[in-house]
Amino acid sequence: MLSFILKRLVQSVVVMLVVALIAFMLFRYVGDPVASMLGQESRIQDHDALRERLGLNDPFYVQFANFISNAVRGEFGISYRLQQPVSELIASRLPATIELAFASALMALVIGVTLGVMSALKPRSIATALVMTLSLVGVSLPTFLIGIGLIYVFAVELQWLPSFGRGAVVDLGWWKTGLLTESGLRSLILPAITLSLFQLTLIMRLVRAEMLEVLRQDYIKFARARGLSARTINFGHALKNTLVPVITITGLQLGSVIAFAIVTETVFQWPGVGSLFVNSVQVVDVPVMAAYLMFIAFVFVVINLIVDILYYVVDPRLRIGRAAQ
Amino acid sequence: MAEIMEKAAATEAATTPVISVRGVTVDFPLRRGNFRAVEDVSFDIMPGEVLGVVGESGAGKSMTGSAIIGLIEPPGRITAGEVLLHGKRIDNLPPDEMQKLRGKRIGMVFQDPLTSLNPLYRIGDQIVETIRRHLPVSEAEARERAIGLLREAGIPSPEDRIDAYPHQFSGGMRQRVVIALALAAEPELIIADEPTSALDVSVQAQIIKVLKRLCEKHGAAVMLITHDMGVIAETADRMIVMNKGRIVETGKVGDIIRRPKEDYTIKLIDAIPSITDPIRVHEKPPAQTPLVEVKNLVRDFDLSGSMFDRLFGRTAKVVHAVDDVSFSIRKGSTYGLVGESGSGKSTCARMMVGLIRPTAGEVLLDGKDIWQAGAFERRRKVQMIFQDPYASLNPRWRVGDIVAEPIKALGLASGRGEVEDRVADLLERVRLDAASMRKFPHEFSGGQRQRIAIARALSSQPEFIVCDEPTSALDVSVQAQVLDLMRRLQDEFGLTYLLISHNLAVVRTMADDVGVLNQGKLVEQGPVDKVFDSPQDEYTRMLLSSVPDISKIV
Amino acid sequence: MSELTQTAKPKGAVARFFDSDVWFSFRRSPVTIVAATVAVSLVLAALLAPWIAPYNPFNPASLNLMDGFTEPLSESMMGNYFVFGSDNQGRDVLSTILYGSRVSLFVAVMATLFAMAIGISLGLSAGYVGGVYDSVVMRIADIQLSFPAILIALLIFGVARGIIPPSQHESMAVWVLIIAIGLANWAQFARTVRGATMVERQKDYVSAARIMGVNPLRILVGHVLPNVLGPVLVIATIGLALAIIEEATLSFLGVGVPPTQPSLGTLIRIGQQFLFSGEWWILFFPAVTLVLLALSVNLLGDWLRDALNPRLR
Repeated sequence: MLSFILKRLVQSVVVMLVVALIAFMLFRYVGDPVASMLGQESRIQDHDALRERLGLNDPFYVQFANFISNAVRGEFGISYRLQQPVSELIASRLPATIELAFASALMALVIGVTLGVMSALKPRSIATALVMTLSLVGVSLPTFLIGIGLIYVFAVELQWLPSFGRGAVVDLGWWKTGLLTESGLRSLILPAITLSLFQLTLIMRLVRAEMLEVLRQDYIKFARARGLSARTINFGHALKNTLVPVITITGLQLGSVIAFAIVTETVFQWPGVGSLFVNSVQVVDVPVMAAYLMFIAFVFVVINLIVDILYYVVDPRLRIGRAAQ
Repeated sequence: MAEIMEKAAATEAATTPVISVRGVTVDFPLRRGNFRAVEDVSFDIMPGEVLGVVGESGAGKSMTGSAIIGLIEPPGRITAGEVLLHGKRIDNLPPDEMQKLRGKRIGMVFQDPLTSLNPLYRIGDQIVETIRRHLPVSEAEARERAIGLLREAGIPSPEDRIDAYPHQFSGGMRQRVVIALALAAEPELIIADEPTSALDVSVQAQIIKVLKRLCEKHGAAVMLITHDMGVIAETADRMIVMNKGRIVETGKVGDIIRRPKEDYTIKLIDAIPSITDPIRVHEKPPAQTPLVEVKNLVRDFDLSGSMFDRLFGRTAKVVHAVDDVSFSIRKGSTYGLVGESGSGKSTCARMMVGLIRPTAGEVLLDGKDIWQAGAFERRRKVQMIFQDPYASLNPRWRVGDIVAEPIKALGLASGRGEVEDRVADLLERVRLDAASMRKFPHEFSGGQRQRIAIARALSSQPEFIVCDEPTSALDVSVQAQVLDLMRRLQDEFGLTYLLISHNLAVVRTMADDVGVLNQGKLVEQGPVDKVFDSPQDEYTRMLLSSVPDISKIV
Repeated sequence: MSELTQTAKPKGAVARFFDSDVWFSFRRSPVTIVAATVAVSLVLAALLAPWIAPYNPFNPASLNLMDGFTEPLSESMMGNYFVFGSDNQGRDVLSTILYGSRVSLFVAVMATLFAMAIGISLGLSAGYVGGVYDSVVMRIADIQLSFPAILIALLIFGVARGIIPPSQHESMAVWVLIIAIGLANWAQFARTVRGATMVERQKDYVSAARIMGVNPLRILVGHVLPNVLGPVLVIATIGLALAIIEEATLSFLGVGVPPTQPSLGTLIRIGQQFLFSGEWWILFFPAVTLVLLALSVNLLGDWLRDALNPRLR
């Protein structure tokens, strides 16, 4: 077990280093950081001074090492566009994104797994056909259109829910939450639905496909031949076996919800890191782009690690070695 | 009075069949019309009886088993006839009642023990849930019973093993668990569908013994479905021969095997090779000089895993798949290489055709090492025929291109016309018409595909052909035809064969010399009659005694 | 020798197609037929846009602000008739949609082809060669697959913007978009092709070819590739729908094609500004076209997957 986790940890560190290298190259070679920071009416001397101060004259590996040691401390420099430290920018916007991602992940997981299991168990029912067709529509509807549609219906026409923003937030000191006020919760509904819909369809289709595959296996046929009840077979045997591969992919999908939030946040003007990123891309605000990339990679690596450990716990074939024969 | 009634009931129980199949027909409505998998099949199985059901693929034998236990895959269904369990009709029961009956009164054992058990549950949990589903016992009692069953099935120290997961057992051990599971609720009938076909010969014999012993002890009748007449000969009391969904012949096992009445059965029994068959006589006796020599061949596989494992001090695990094997094959003769799975026979074959590089040793063809000086010549002179005729032909290529591939790859003919003539000639030699050239492999049966593969092997005019289980994917009657073709081509072209097979009877009827491989080592070799009739090595003797053979009627 | 002669005649390619299970399952599925009809009509309409569009919306000479905000099925003050209405600049919405689908489809098709080319070559070689090369390629694919394509495309787009001089941003936008979307989508192809290649590589027909000394490249292209095309076709279809959506999303976010050469996504971005003031048609019709396009292609992909999967037949 220990060696397994250690192995995964080492892999995670390698992945983080590779992403850091990409982020660093972005930072260093896309555009001219000095020109971006000083603006156009600056003098040559200022340029040289800043170059020296930023360490841009150091050898490549020294610069990379500095970048990493800064990154570990959460320092990514100063945003070209907003002239604020990137770390502050991201920290102030993180709670909004995480609350949104969490709400939609939960929704996608619960509804997605339920619908997936149901449609696999009753492959020929009308409800399944309907769900499958709707899921295809769901995959074909771009997230931003869903958002616009929901805004139009529920905010503009019916005026039930707010169309943008996060509502009132409560400052807990280290975290500004929108989950404690009515307007905050109401503001969360539409973006959360919008963000979860795509993941929901994906999870549903995945669970359905895996479950159908499992139901075809010999051990399910043998379980029938043993006379076990349909309930035991479907929810005891088939579901557990379905969940093993589903855990991996679902876990990663949920991780990507945070990154997926980019579009939703833009549509709903949600003050999260995603909309910060989009605005930065438009004006090539490299420090923010690099920091965002590192942040997403970190989320991915952590979730990956959790998924691997979960996988290990669920599947005895990984946990317990083959006995000598 | 009560006593008399009881006696009457007892005699009645002994005379009423456990299961009665009356005119059962199973239909599959398919795209291109209705497919009748089973047609008007009727038979009885008496209490304690072992009924063998034999037939080639597509005979409807498995479907008959599924029909009895009510597990036909949709869209198939029983369209006529009835199934009676102790005189009570069961084929029209509602699904949930049928579900309760399965396992409780009719148990089933499937072919592949590796996939029959749920990998995520301990075997004990799977047995206990079956027992508790059908019998009113407590968890602890069920566990006791499960341990008892496992012990009876021959699982060593069942008290500990009951908490193991399926992947911790070998294939043979898993099949014992499956049999224990099928018997968990004391059913009156066990349907065993090819219970030993996925296992090695030596394990096969043990599993058949366990199945028979346990069913006898628990008083369960057995319906033994298999394509292997040898298994039936050794196990069953009565047998049914099926062909194309119908019953061809029914009777005592000894009667049918010794004196078959119907044409189909006569041909079928005739096609089955036996380890007591006379050995082969060539039209032209093979030369005494060797064409192929294998000297101290070794192949290791490194199973020590990733670099990471090694860093963390896992010891390197090297497996000697082939361990210092030497033999030679006379020009124009057939050398049979037999062994069970994992014996290294396929690795040997792959090293002899240039697919796997040997760790040590040499393979000489006409005195030149095919991995050194003879590498270029090898491409033309050595060819191979594979086990699975479905995987050995590229499904996207036309047969003409498949057969012509060696000709083109080796530049043996120029111009389209010449290539086509040669392909037509080759197809004719394997008894296929020239129009086959423009068709795709899926338009042919398994036996026909194997002939196409043979035609391809012949097209480079090779001297040495390695045949890796060339007939084990085929039905016996087709096997006989392909073997016959191989014999005739050998005499016609003076070919030299290496025949790899787990089927000792096939080797007996084909080979001149034979070598026995066990765990990578050649334990015995010599002329076929000598090795088969007076085996010297312990392992060879064990193999020969455990192989199911039609000469071994109980 | 009962198997000596063949009775059935070999069939030609056309006959084989109409006899195939794929064609059969197509005819049996009304949804698929409708989807195919819709997809083909939309593609044709986009291709023929310069000939069938009632107006040329990008010719400044023919534009008149007095035509602006005309409702669908009505005449403007200038006496021009607009089926789908007109936008703020007086452009005919139907015509902008026709031209916009052209841009959207061009970007999506090119990006998918680009992704396919990278994915197939990396997948084939990784699956056949194996070893360290395989692990590295697949690890990269895995990592990339766990990031949403939109994020990758945005990053690549941002990088390209940083590298290309601002004066060329507009003219290069379409190509940058194609490369960004293509690079964001190759991993799916690589993974599928690699998996299929590993299966095919083990098959005996490849061994047979190796025994007779056929060189690896020829084995890959002649033997393996034709056998992995089925799954590739499925992914390409679904990938095309994805690329259409991704292009629209990027353009909607304002990082796609410029408004002077709008795609469906750009049109929706423009239309969104007028949605809340009542001019719904400027957004509605491009959105419906986009969804119809993506949905019909997705339906075709879904059907293709089932039709090519022998187990489900």
